[in-house]
Amino acid sequence: MDGGIASLPLLHVDGLSVDFVTREATVHAVSDATFNLKPGEVLCLLGESGSGKSVTLRALMRLLPEKRARIAGKVTLGGRDVLALQGNALRSFRGGTVAMIFQEPMTALDPVYTIGQHLMEAIRRHKGGSRAEARKRAIELLDLVKIPSPERRIDAYPHELSGGLRQRAMIALALSCGPQLLLADEPTTALDATVQIQVLVLLRRLQKELGMSTIFVTHDLGVAAEIADRVAVMYAGRIIEEGPVDDVLRAPLHPYTAGLLASTVHDQSPDQDIAAIPGSPPDLRRLPPGCSFAPRCAKALPACNDGFPHPTYPVADRMVRCWRALPL
Amino acid sequence: MFGYIIRRILFALPIAIGVSIVCFSLVYLAPGDPLQTVLPPDATAETIAIVKHEYGFDRPVPVQYAIWLWHVVQGDFGRSIASRRPVTLEVFGSLANTAMLALFAVPVAFATGFAMGAIAGCYPGRILDRIVTGAAVIGVSLPNYWLGLVLVIVFAVEYMVLPASGMGKSGSAAFSLWRWSDAQFLVLPVVTLTMIPIGIIARTTRAAVAEVRSQEFVTTLRAMGLGEGAVIRHVLKNASPQVLAVMGLQFGYLMGGSILVETVFTWPGSGFLLNKAIINRDIPVLQGTILALSLVFVATNLVVDLLQATLDPRIRRA
Ligand SMILES: Nc1ncnc2c1ncn2[C@@H]1O[C@H](COP(=O)(O)OP(=O)(O)OP(=O)(O)O)[C@@H](O)[C@H]1O
Ligand SMILES: [Mg+2]
Repeated sequence: MDGGIASLPLLHVDGLSVDFVTREATVHAVSDATFNLKPGEVLCLLGESGSGKSVTLRALMRLLPEKRARIAGKVTLGGRDVLALQGNALRSFRGGTVAMIFQEPMTALDPVYTIGQHLMEAIRRHKGGSRAEARKRAIELLDLVKIPSPERRIDAYPHELSGGLRQRAMIALALSCGPQLLLADEPTTALDATVQIQVLVLLRRLQKELGMSTIFVTHDLGVAAEIADRVAVMYAGRIIEEGPVDDVLRAPLHPYTAGLLASTVHDQSPDQDIAAIPGSPPDLRRLPPGCSFAPRCAKALPACNDGFPHPTYPVADRMVRCWRALPL
Repeated sequence: MFGYIIRRILFALPIAIGVSIVCFSLVYLAPGDPLQTVLPPDATAETIAIVKHEYGFDRPVPVQYAIWLWHVVQGDFGRSIASRRPVTLEVFGSLANTAMLALFAVPVAFATGFAMGAIAGCYPGRILDRIVTGAAVIGVSLPNYWLGLVLVIVFAVEYMVLPASGMGKSGSAAFSLWRWSDAQFLVLPVVTLTMIPIGIIARTTRAAVAEVRSQEFVTTLRAMGLGEGAVIRHVLKNASPQVLAVMGLQFGYLMGGSILVETVFTWPGSGFLLNKAIINRDIPVLQGTILALSLVFVATNLVVDLLQATLDPRIRRA
């Protein structure tokens, strides 16, 4: 890269927080998340179930319920203030600038509309044009995501397709209006192992070809290693470590990241114990005052319970939030 | 889809036959001797035997059924015991009168109920939802004969703007919808009849819409950049099979005629006829009316099934 315009961030997330407010309690689903994404870059969001990965993605697309979700911070995409978008500008932004792929393609598509109707509605919403043009474009898209005999499949209902094809259709829908940023929320978790790999390979190829920035949520460190340029690790609603994928996975700075790596079965001899992280994540309604990982952390100091650590940058391009960042 | 239609029709046939058996059995299910009303109290054993033979009661029951069915298929339900007129005339005359009420009550009730429920379901918990839900509960729980009486007292007795009962001086045969002097007789019964279906359809629609709106694909639609109107269209299409099922039932009830409402308004419809037939123990009329109404139900169900299948492709495979 020549360090010119291309390396300016496309997406700029600064201090993003999401609280769900109900009468009984406030759930701090995401707290103070900060990260950047350059054009064409793939960021993997890692973290346990409930750590706020999906909520982060939905906040970026303004898909959270307006009344109950209190969003704070700043999100800028291509110079536009995402959190200030309203009305028609917001609707054009959704699907046109940012698109999302969901985890469960069975429930994420309208069961009483055909694949083609979904695609054509999105295309005509964003690009206009006649039905015939939209249909032609829809067939091209199905072809792009390698759905066999797209002229026939375009008239299929979601339940008539296999899981893998459904997810491909979902990808086609996300790509239909040429988004700059693709958000993929565990897009392969619901699929069979072999199909997972095919869909992953497809996504990777399309991302490269179309040069989309991508945020990819996954539980699978192997997947992250495969497709990511950078990873961000979330714990209890906070990004606790962020950096280039190779560096983070090879030499984690945060004890939680280290624990995650150790608890995956990769490269371990069978007689070695799988080191799981003891304990469970905190209640998001009552976060501890200090580092939320401290109660489970083998390396915790008394100081860890005093306040949440600020981001530090022990190495260029790497961020960690830990009072005792692991020595490199 | 074509195969589905054929299958649904084939399913409807045994149901229709079952219904006809039940209707036929009414003669035997009704307490007392069916001949009791026809025969004079002092009839001799000989007379009884003759009458029995005339009505075919001396033959085996399956044969009686076959003969009865053969006549019914040809449109012959026998003669009314009370009026001696052919049952077919009585039944179709009254069914036509009830259908006239339904002709107005059905579109009014379905459109109002569906619109109310859709609005409530789209804004759950808001003021509009509370108003609609409250109104629906009132509509369902008001006894409609009471409401009919209140309407009569207010509009017919107090203000004298609408007639209280009957079909007017032209009567059942010459009644014309295009003459206000006749059509005004429809207003109060139609209003009374719509209350319960409006309430039930509003509640069903609200529940169905709220349920569909919480499904994940709605998020996908928003993520596609669709506006609220387009999202609501998807939601309503998804909710409509459930609503249609309830509408079918309500259509059946409206065609069946409400005994209470038709009695309050002395409207000579099928409810009114049933009431009369029960009081007179007029078995042929009862058989004919119930069979006709049941077939209306069966046909309605068939239509609902087919409509549901056109709206929801998943049903077609079942
Ligand atoms: N609409 C909502 N109202 C209230 N709380 C919510 C809502 N959506 C999410 N949450 C809460 O926010 C927290 C984070 O949820 P999120 O779905 O982002 O987790 P996740 O990291 O995606 O987990 P998973 O890996 O299981 O998908 C959870 O505790 C969840 O209960
Ligand atoms: Mg999630």
